[in-house]
Amino acid sequence: MKIGRPGRRDDGVKDTLSQPVVEARGLNLVFQTADGPVQALKDVDLTVGKGDFVSFIGPSGCGKTTLLRCIAALEHPTGGTLTVNGMTPDEARRKRAYGYVFQAAGLYPWRTIAGNIRLPLEIMGFDRAEQEARVERVLELVELKGFGRKFPWQLSGGMQQRASIARALAFDADILLMDEPFGALDEIVRDRLNEEVLKLWARTGKTIGFVTHSIPEAVYLSTKIVVMSPRPGRITDVIDSPLPRERPLDIRDSREFIEISHRVREGLRAGHSDD
Amino acid sequence: MVLALALAFWAAAWALNARVAAFGRTRAGRIFVPVLFGITLLVLWEGLVRGLGVSAVILPTPSAIAAKFAASTGLLWADFVQTVLKGALSGFVIGTAAAFATAILADRVPFLREGLLPVGNFVAALPIVGMAPILVMWFGFGWQSKAAVVVAMVFFPMLINVVAGLAASDRMQRDLMATWGASYWQALWKLRLPAAMPFVFNGLKIAASLALIGAIVAEYFGSPVVGMGFRISTAVGVLNIELVWAEIAVAALAGSAFYGLIALAEKAVTFWHPSQRN
Repeated sequence: MKIGRPGRRDDGVKDTLSQPVVEARGLNLVFQTADGPVQALKDVDLTVGKGDFVSFIGPSGCGKTTLLRCIAALEHPTGGTLTVNGMTPDEARRKRAYGYVFQAAGLYPWRTIAGNIRLPLEIMGFDRAEQEARVERVLELVELKGFGRKFPWQLSGGMQQRASIARALAFDADILLMDEPFGALDEIVRDRLNEEVLKLWARTGKTIGFVTHSIPEAVYLSTKIVVMSPRPGRITDVIDSPLPRERPLDIRDSREFIEISHRVREGLRAGHSDD
Repeated sequence: MVLALALAFWAAAWALNARVAAFGRTRAGRIFVPVLFGITLLVLWEGLVRGLGVSAVILPTPSAIAAKFAASTGLLWADFVQTVLKGALSGFVIGTAAAFATAILADRVPFLREGLLPVGNFVAALPIVGMAPILVMWFGFGWQSKAAVVVAMVFFPMLINVVAGLAASDRMQRDLMATWGASYWQALWKLRLPAAMPFVFNGLKIAASLALIGAIVAEYFGSPVVGMGFRISTAVGVLNIELVWAEIAVAALAGSAFYGLIALAEKAVTFWHPSQRN
């Protein structure tokens, strides 16, 4: 696990050494379906440190989304232990530890962009002035300044997704969980948003969990790549990336990048061959 | 001869209207076209009834109805207050509000949801002509019994719409509420009620037309000597057909205005819905 970041946020580095943000031991999840039980997660062990950028990659049905949902307390494991900041995921959820970004932006069409970003703040009881200040700040962070008064359906898909990221950032959750946030967007928009996510991560020092099925995306973004395989959903490889934290887009042509991509591909293939 | 004239008039009006409709995609054009259409129908009605010598008992002319209307505004107003304002409107408000509250209760208590909706469908299928005399017996001849009939008519259509509306928000949006640690009431108020609004207004529009029918028909089964239903049934009895038509005109105007107000409110509240934005 990598810790400490050059510059920025020297606070919190101490905790990093003592306590992981997410810790899973022997995690199992069995769904009861009409066709009998389905093992969605099997014996998952995972440690995520503070400030890590963790990608979960694998084919559909490998449990990567389920694992993310377990961390966010949207699913409940049927076996093993899972702690978030030393608490149960449910306790962490009630302490508002998560910002969750889904594949679709999921903005409320009856609220403006600013109104959407304000929504979690209203629910959490921030006062009016604080709400406005935070909305302004995160709009700037995702480069949507000046779009606050627009309605979601007046914006492009990429802008909507940026707004949903702003909404997840607004209340300063420690952990940002993103479930294929750019899966529905085209390659060019996706590259740009990936770059922005990296900048955001560098600026805020958040711990990020990121589900994807794109190998370049996973390698480009992560400090830790979790390779998963289906039936039953399990982890087949965990790669700590040797890439520096500062990552221009052309890092994707470097030898290291290609080597990591290769290892991820091997891991995915291995997962497939034994089912 | 009369028929040929009528056909010629109809063709001319049609041609004019088609012209206006083709050119005028303006606001004035949108108002002018239906107005012209309505006037055409009235003129045809007047001409055919006079030209063919139709008995006033079968179908009076529009001009005779208008004259009757103008001569009996006081009477029509009293009937309007009794039937529309007291009977239909109070029944509409009580019935839809109760349905709304019940829908939220059913949302909280699964047992109610499972049990109430099938029963609700059954009750909604009960014919009003069967219910009305019983409700008049229970609540008396006054407007209260008419309001009760209206409540019985609008309650279940409204309930079913609100329940469907409360289920209209998608899972991802409810998951988001969960990750923010929102309480039941916060999620209801901020997400599920706004998402339910297109359904709510659908229910209100259905209820609006039912309310007027219910309030008028219920008066056939007993009422004081005022009210639109009372007037229609007694005026038919003495062959005062012009007055019957004048009451029908009042009912149509009131119904359109009622429906139009709800549609306006709907446009303001659900401006975000794909069916409303353009």
